[in-house]
Amino acid sequence: MSRIDKRFAALQAEGRAGLVTFITAGDPDLPTCARLLAQLPAAGADVIELGMPFSDPMADGPSIQAAGLRALANGASMKTTLQLVRNFRKQDNDTPIVLMGYFNPISAYGVDAFLSDAKAAGVDGLIVVDLPPEEDDELCIPAMKAGLNFIRLATPTTDEARLPAVLNNTSGFLYYVSIAGITGAAAPDPDAVGKAVAKIKQHTKIPVAVGFGIRDGARAAAIARVADAAVVGTALVDRVAEALQKNIDPAEHVLELVRELSAAVRGVVKAAA
Amino acid sequence: MTALNSYRSGPDERGHFGKFGGRFVAETLMPLILDLEKHYKAAKADPSFKAEMDYLLKDYVGRPSPLYYAEPLTKHLGGAKIYLKREELNHTGAHKINNCIGQILLAKRMGKKRIIAETGAGQHGVATATVAARFGLPCVIYMGEVDIERQQPNVFRMRLLGAEVRAVKSGSRTLKDAMNEALRDWVTNVHDTFYIIGTVAGPHPYPMLVRDFQCVIGEETRAQMIEKEGRIPDSLVACIGGGSNAMGLFHPFLDDRDVQIYAVEAAGEGLDTTRHAASLAKGVPGVLHGNRTFLLQDADGQIQEAHTISAGLDYPGIGPEHAWLHDIGRVNYVSATDKEALEAFQLLSRLEGIIPALESSHALAHVIKLAPKLPKDHLMAVCLSGRGDKDIYTVAKALGVQL
Repeated sequence: MSRIDKRFAALQAEGRAGLVTFITAGDPDLPTCARLLAQLPAAGADVIELGMPFSDPMADGPSIQAAGLRALANGASMKTTLQLVRNFRKQDNDTPIVLMGYFNPISAYGVDAFLSDAKAAGVDGLIVVDLPPEEDDELCIPAMKAGLNFIRLATPTTDEARLPAVLNNTSGFLYYVSIAGITGAAAPDPDAVGKAVAKIKQHTKIPVAVGFGIRDGARAAAIARVADAAVVGTALVDRVAEALQKNIDPAEHVLELVRELSAAVRGVVKAAA
Repeated sequence: MTALNSYRSGPDERGHFGKFGGRFVAETLMPLILDLEKHYKAAKADPSFKAEMDYLLKDYVGRPSPLYYAEPLTKHLGGAKIYLKREELNHTGAHKINNCIGQILLAKRMGKKRIIAETGAGQHGVATATVAARFGLPCVIYMGEVDIERQQPNVFRMRLLGAEVRAVKSGSRTLKDAMNEALRDWVTNVHDTFYIIGTVAGPHPYPMLVRDFQCVIGEETRAQMIEKEGRIPDSLVACIGGGSNAMGLFHPFLDDRDVQIYAVEAAGEGLDTTRHAASLAKGVPGVLHGNRTFLLQDADGQIQEAHTISAGLDYPGIGPEHAWLHDIGRVNYVSATDKEALEAFQLLSRLEGIIPALESSHALAHVIKLAPKLPKDHLMAVCLSGRGDKDIYTVAKALGVQL
């Protein structure tokens, strides 16, 4: 059982949904990011997504793009991202870490070297936005062989005919992107999300996490009612930018929102399995 | 391994030209790309699609474009007999319209209600805005802030045609960022929007369909040269950014193995500097904008900015079929600097009374190097992909002239 599987099993036993938090590796700088990362579990993050900075994030909105550029300007690279995970693992061996991003930095690092270094660093899963099932040979299959979960995105445009292809080779959890759009876009309608999740669940037993457009506790709770986990990214990354502007500690400013989100998600009681 | 029977059989069913190409897109776009491929296949098999395309290319675009014997230039260079394929005489002033006609007809078949596009020099933006106006569809063009600055006449043309031009302020604020922004729009409005990609790049099936729509350039050149000279050309020259005019000219000749083919990348301030746009000469394979191809990138896989005086060539990648043709050595990929392009720009203006686009001037710069070394019976066909009216401000600035 992978860390991700264990974590979702534990959540189910607790009878609640999980909170998945996204931050960009190295944003705004490496020491601050390391400090933030270390404190995320205590603030209530059940799963951590760590963005691998990329110069051209085509599926992301301005916030996450800016976060990546901040990190790159301060020296972030694939090596420093893996180092962040390695350091995190020295004090936390339970919280799953999923690296999220685009294929080119992985391809430049070398797929085999990346997979073995990521696994050794303590990475549990990968979300690579620009690798649909049609390109599974590139990374998905090698990642599975290396013992990493390959987490796929499903979207409102993924119809029922296509869903099995998306679910095939997906492990850990499925990330349902609640709207057709980029990160940080409009908020989804919880009823529509609930219906979509229910439809997906007819095809799979793996947990379904839902993201895009969740900015506060109320939204997170609404999603927690209908999905196995709520994913929050842009709202957290925006807090980094805001803290830099106000000249306050970005880590603490992000953690404050994580605590609010966590309390909201934990407040939704579901039937334990 | 068996020898290649044809250089024209690609891509495979997964959109690969050798190891290049593919469909590296977000899941949101994947169903649409599959749908586009299906509709394109159906359109190709439908005689009414070809009939409408042929009609519009003839009466709206003004095809066939002439193949013109550039006698003064030929005499001046003293070698190869140079013919110019006059794509700059097309409606909107460049080859870009050929592809836009094809894609808007596809958009119509697919019932799409809104058109988006990226543009660098503005030629593709103008061509897209033109066909959108002709077919009564709203149109949004993404253009980098830097390019808006250096291509003011085209920005105004697009607005006159009813398009909304959105300035892209992210990244290098040029073509690559305009493409990122167009992809973001597409992901958001996937249900009703058709993305008219302007070059032979992007996810499959775009490199294939743009190539097919541009092949009219090479097919006409072949027929016209045979009519004028009784045989096909000995060499072909075209400039290359993403590579659509080059692919359109080259593709129909790829299996004529005696035809020497030259594609000219933008070397900017020089290949020995960091300021150029030569993805093949200086890039390495990677994945961007939906396809695997040669990219200007650093060791960590971060995309680097391209630099050239020509906005239309200012892109850190290249179409995947070109990457493949480079890899197997069928096409010679060479380069020309800003300075060489500027000289060619002025030379053609004075000798032939034709002001070429700065993009096409890169092709002419290579002709200036190549033609004098060749015998007088060598037939050279050069794609004059666009006209240079849009570039007069840039050229004046480079020459230190105040307008």
